[in-house]
Amino acid sequence: MSVMLILLGASLVVSLIFLAAFIWSVKDGQYDDDFSPAHQIFFDEKPKSKI
Amino acid sequence: MNTNQTQQSTGSSLAQTATSGIQQETFYYDNKSVKFFAYATLFWGLVGMTAGLWAAFSIAYPQVNLGWAPTTFGRMRPVHTNAVIFAFVGNAIFCGVYYSLQRLCKTRMWSDKLSKIHFWGWQALILLGALSLWGGFTQGKEYAELEWPFDIAITLLWLAFGANMLGTILKRRVSHLYVAIWFYIGTWVAVAMLHIVNSIAIPQSFLKSYSWYAGVQDALVQWWYGHNAVAFFLTTPFLGLMYYFVPKAANRPVYSYRWSIIHFWSLIFIYIWAGPHHLLYTALPEWAQGLGTAFSIMLIAPSWGGMLNGLLTLRGAWDRVREDAILKFMVVALTCYGMATFEGPMLSLKSVNAISHYTDWTIAHVHVGALGWNGFLAFAMLYWLMPRLFNTNLYSKKWANTHFWLGTLGIIFYVIPLYWAALTQSLMWKKFTPDGILQYQFMETVTTIQPMYVLRGVGGLLYISGLILMIVNIWKTVKQGKFVANEQSQASPLPKKYESHGKKEHWHGWIERRPVQLTVLSLIVVGIGGIAEMIPTFLVKSNIPTISSVQPYTPLELHGRNIYIREGCYVCHSQMIRPFRDEVARYGEYSKAGEFVYDHPFQWGSKRTGPDLARVGGKYPDSWHYNHMLDPTSMTSGSLMPSYPWLFTDRIDKMKTYDMIKVMKKLGVPYPAGYENNANKDLDKQAEKIKKSLEKDKIKVSKNEEIVALIAYLQRLGTDIKNEPKKESITD
Repeated sequence: MSVMLILLGASLVVSLIFLAAFIWSVKDGQYDDDFSPAHQIFFDEKPKSKI
Repeated sequence: MNTNQTQQSTGSSLAQTATSGIQQETFYYDNKSVKFFAYATLFWGLVGMTAGLWAAFSIAYPQVNLGWAPTTFGRMRPVHTNAVIFAFVGNAIFCGVYYSLQRLCKTRMWSDKLSKIHFWGWQALILLGALSLWGGFTQGKEYAELEWPFDIAITLLWLAFGANMLGTILKRRVSHLYVAIWFYIGTWVAVAMLHIVNSIAIPQSFLKSYSWYAGVQDALVQWWYGHNAVAFFLTTPFLGLMYYFVPKAANRPVYSYRWSIIHFWSLIFIYIWAGPHHLLYTALPEWAQGLGTAFSIMLIAPSWGGMLNGLLTLRGAWDRVREDAILKFMVVALTCYGMATFEGPMLSLKSVNAISHYTDWTIAHVHVGALGWNGFLAFAMLYWLMPRLFNTNLYSKKWANTHFWLGTLGIIFYVIPLYWAALTQSLMWKKFTPDGILQYQFMETVTTIQPMYVLRGVGGLLYISGLILMIVNIWKTVKQGKFVANEQSQASPLPKKYESHGKKEHWHGWIERRPVQLTVLSLIVVGIGGIAEMIPTFLVKSNIPTISSVQPYTPLELHGRNIYIREGCYVCHSQMIRPFRDEVARYGEYSKAGEFVYDHPFQWGSKRTGPDLARVGGKYPDSWHYNHMLDPTSMTSGSLMPSYPWLFTDRIDKMKTYDMIKVMKKLGVPYPAGYENNANKDLDKQAEKIKKSLEKDKIKVSKNEEIVALIAYLQRLGTDIKNEPKKESITD
């Protein structure tokens, strides 16, 4: 059953990585604006200047 | 004119627009990689689903096994699962990620070279992997069958993919990371961890290795991996794709962006802990089983959050769902995702699991998700994206709609017969007569549900015919279109928030300014190293037998076990008797953890298409096994099991015994010192015994035939605990 040490350890490591990523994303202000991102994905039509 | 821009494909140029002084950079999206991944998705989808169709009909009609090793169910099934998961779903993920990531980041993929390596490497891996599986080279663990050289290749390619993604994200022109990107990152991190941990094995030769873990521990690692593979390969990347392609196809923004953020973070945190629900009522400690069940139930919330967010995105567009096949596929995909993520948690409840485990319910559940969620979303994505890559319209909307109906009917015909089969079989297994003996022989339960296997095959046939229609439709679309290999776009670069001392300091400077992250990351890195050092010691120690009568396999039995693994017997036969009245009555004493300490890999299985074999040792004479493997119907009338004629002509390679024993010793199996030098003596003695016993039943056999080794292994199963009465100490 001591293989659980590996599994819990690895899972915790990944969870900690996720936690770190979450903290970073909030601190970086990724979620300050939760309206624009959903609409921004539509603004990638063909560029206006055609050479 | 954007057709001759190859020399500018990786560069970008600054150009001032006419309006204000805002600098816009011109760059080019790589569409070539997307196109290649799309073709690969369709190709491997066809191969993988054909393998599945073959497997399905070979259960219903055993003649379809053809008496040939590669087409026998035990080998065809892993080809099917690996092809549909890693080749079909895998390429679909890469196709969608390469398309969407570039556009969400407003930049080209970081490295064209890595894109190429990733694509060609992945296809080579699949092709060689499929051939190896047909050839019987397998590690004997579900969804991780590919042998160790492939495992290494997968790791390297995954790293290449990750580096390419990370590089692209770092040079993005959109500071906000859209939710889809988070799903892609989470996928990458988790899959890397899962693959590496579960694949650890000691090689015996170039294409043969043994799991580092054994028995119960191996089962744990395997299903921690297996469930998280579902979570982070079949779910999270597709949720990412969903969050991009559903809004794009519907031309509506995500219903609630805030909800998508919450859904993402909660999903990835909870999913990791649900794995033990594959091991309910086994030797796993109760608290771990409970943890798995609890987290599986909690998982309903974030999963349905995703489904509802996706469906509600179509608010205001439902009239278009009626006409647009792409939206239809997406609606059904999301609905199937919801169904599967409700059903899964229900199957994680012990009371339900007691009935469902080892039955076709598990397979039905898998395919609701695989055919409905993965298949349909992949189809929708490709129908949407291919015309755009080729600057044209889809060749036939009508065919796309026909595909939708074929696919939907296919899912229904697949799933419903299996639900019926599962419940029927499970209840029959558990039925006792009023006198308290089992009512049904195992064979009767199989005969009863065989028609359902046929219907399931019909479902698969419908589904695959839809795919074929799609392939023709896409091919005709491609033919009438004009491919844009490098699609021009423009965007302003990210504002520079800080002073940097030149390009070299970029990421380093970032982490330096964030001491908390630096510390955490360092701790993690150090921790990984520490874990890697400490764990092996624990593992080897804990493989000390806890049941003193349990002994290592003999050399001949090891050969036989390798044959068992090679032929994939574990995909139809379990080796784990649960502590239920009906199982103990049918199979014998329920399985104890200590019985499996030398099983590298474990072979508990997940399905009983045939009966459990945990205590088959000694139940039948050697001649019964001989005849049964040659022609199962000779011993069990109506059997759906394939024949294995090559076991009677092929010989075991006794030269391999030396390496086998050495590797087992490395894994901690307590063979005596120097045993590898004399092992073949014991092998010959045991084989001679079996040869004599077969001769008594008028069967002539050379003692080096593979069947002799297999008989030795089968006759050993479950017999050890009968040897020393009441000396068991079950401590771990």
